[in-house]
Amino acid sequence: MLKVEETQPVEFSSALIAKCDEIVKRYPEGKQKSALLPILHEVQAELGWLSTSAMDKVAAYLDIQDIEVYEVASFYSMYFLKPQGKYVLEVCRTGPCCLVGAEKLMGHIEEKLGVKENQVTEDGLFSWRGVECLAACGYGPVLQIGPEYTFYENLNEQKVDELIEDLRKK
Amino acid sequence: MARKLLLEHINVPGINTLDVYRQKGGYRAVEKALKTLTPDEVVEEVKKSGLRGRGGAGFPTGMKWSFLAKPEGVARYLVCNADESEPGTFKDRYLMTYIPHALIEGMIVSSFALGANTSYIYVRGEMMPQIRILERAIAEAKNAGFLGKNILGSGYDLELYVQPGGGAYICGEETALLESLEGKRGNPRIKPPFPAIAGLYGCPTVVNNVESIAAVVPIINDGGDEYAKIGIGRSTGTKLISASGNLVRPGVYEIELGLPVEEFIYSDEWCGGIANGKRLKATVAGGSSVPILPANLTLKLANGEPRLMSYESLSEGGFATGSMMGSGGFIAFDEDQCIVRNTWNFSRFYHHESCGQCSPCREGTGWMEKVLHRLEYGHGKMSDIDLLVDVSKKIEGNTICPLGDAAAWPVASAIRHFRDEFEWHVNEPVKSLSTNYGLANYADPIAKAVTIEN
Ligand SMILES: Cc1cc2nc3c(=O)[nH]c(=O)nc-3n(C[C@H](O)[C@H](O)[C@H](O)COP(=O)(O)O)c2cc1C
Ligand code: SF4
Ligand code: FES
Repeated sequence: MLKVEETQPVEFSSALIAKCDEIVKRYPEGKQKSALLPILHEVQAELGWLSTSAMDKVAAYLDIQDIEVYEVASFYSMYFLKPQGKYVLEVCRTGPCCLVGAEKLMGHIEEKLGVKENQVTEDGLFSWRGVECLAACGYGPVLQIGPEYTFYENLNEQKVDELIEDLRKK
Repeated sequence: MARKLLLEHINVPGINTLDVYRQKGGYRAVEKALKTLTPDEVVEEVKKSGLRGRGGAGFPTGMKWSFLAKPEGVARYLVCNADESEPGTFKDRYLMTYIPHALIEGMIVSSFALGANTSYIYVRGEMMPQIRILERAIAEAKNAGFLGKNILGSGYDLELYVQPGGGAYICGEETALLESLEGKRGNPRIKPPFPAIAGLYGCPTVVNNVESIAAVVPIINDGGDEYAKIGIGRSTGTKLISASGNLVRPGVYEIELGLPVEEFIYSDEWCGGIANGKRLKATVAGGSSVPILPANLTLKLANGEPRLMSYESLSEGGFATGSMMGSGGFIAFDEDQCIVRNTWNFSRFYHHESCGQCSPCREGTGWMEKVLHRLEYGHGKMSDIDLLVDVSKKIEGNTICPLGDAAAWPVASAIRHFRDEFEWHVNEPVKSLSTNYGLANYADPIAKAVTIEN
């Protein structure tokens, strides 16, 4: 499932590099560091997570220090610094969603997948975690799945079971 | 029926496309502003409208615009704050999903008013689908000549870009947002200098919420004076309210400011009452950062008059008996909800989201989370309740950015109004694990004497 191992050098596809070239154009001359967050999303979408070698490559591409990439990647919650399941189920765990059953649903997902938060199932397909408010509080419980961040609203145990089965069949 | 300025056409099929949006009168404001008004005249209309920032602080938008520094030969920027991460708030996501051109049109008119030739919409990274929607809408607008060089032959140029965040509540704070847009960690800057003087790349910058910018469209179409006629007092216009929690019909509603809170909760035109036939226990009226109020003080002011959905009425009574409009995230709690558990949940959120720059916020949010956790899980001591009040006071006002206050207020207000429930958790550690304190006397309109802190 995972396309790269921890220490393995990585290659960026030509499509990814073309995308990066396009992103950098959005900012004034010399301000290419602004492209860092969008580029990290693109890299993660292609490779599944951000390994050190992937981050170093981004630093070289943007002509900034490696540490400038590490400190950003570790600050923001969306960047994975470890390999994940192919599908990461990110369930909102914040107050309003808890009023309508988010905690119970997370318990159900844990049971259904048989792994604890942030662990990967044996087949490499799934991991799950609680995340903070996803700006959909009126439609809770909710979860999202990257890299396109497809959104699932008004969830219950049955809907989650169906979703997991659908993803298994994909 | 209440007047709708932002969501009037939300149910029209295809309103997310430029063609349908234009059929419904879209991009009239761009034509009017660029062809018949000067930038200063646009600012003047916004000033007259009385529009107040919809992102949380409620600062008058026209006034903010007039503070923008305009040194010769230096670029100016407009940055739209679409980070929407305040728990309980989901109106910006709704607007961008269903009627993206309202934001694009507002961005064009506002950028013109401020003299910005490059503008960014900073969208939280989790909203990848909305980012795609906006990118598509921008491409449509550009094709139709509303963006790019010499827009509608006016000589005005504008490029508009969407920037994804990386997942961090703090990037909703405007200076943290600018840091993030520069490709850095989201650490808020020390102010002054304010963004109006030194913002993005050190240049003069205005940061406005999605809803504020979208509201500029009807203001320009109908005139600031018309807009100011809607609403009540200094709360002019309409406001998007995100309603969540235990309501019959949670969702996004556009209200005319001044609507009675009771009507908003119980009327079938709005939220339709409390779900499952239960009774209201408490509300958080403006997103997780504002003080929580028991049901009685939600519906009525301390003097017994009805409380209204307006900036002034929601904050009437100060911290003793009032709350705040904030971002308009209206969270309703039914009689089965546990205030201690929710307060712990919010504290965990703020601890998780603290950027860590100031010790009162970094350490204090962690303490509060820990103490609330032990109260919730039956290991609390009576002295913990005052300890929480003490910690919250030491955070409040002692930090670089308002996240510290936002973390302190929910805790302080929960204890102010629901102290008996916290004490019950200490006295009944086993029972409180399996049952809830319940409604107590909170639902009776002002039956209980109003407690004034200190
Ligand atoms: C911790 C924190 C989070 C914030 N989050 C948001 C947000 O998600 N969206 C927003 O528009 N404003 C947010 N704000 C307010 C912004 O700092 C800023 O006041 C606002 O974007 C200004 O726009 P307005 O005047 O149009 O409201 C936040 C403020 C703080 C302190
Ligand atoms: S108050 Fe908290 S979030 Fe704000 S700058 Fe200080 S540590 Fe960071
Ligand atoms: S609390 Fe879950 S989406 Fe806001």
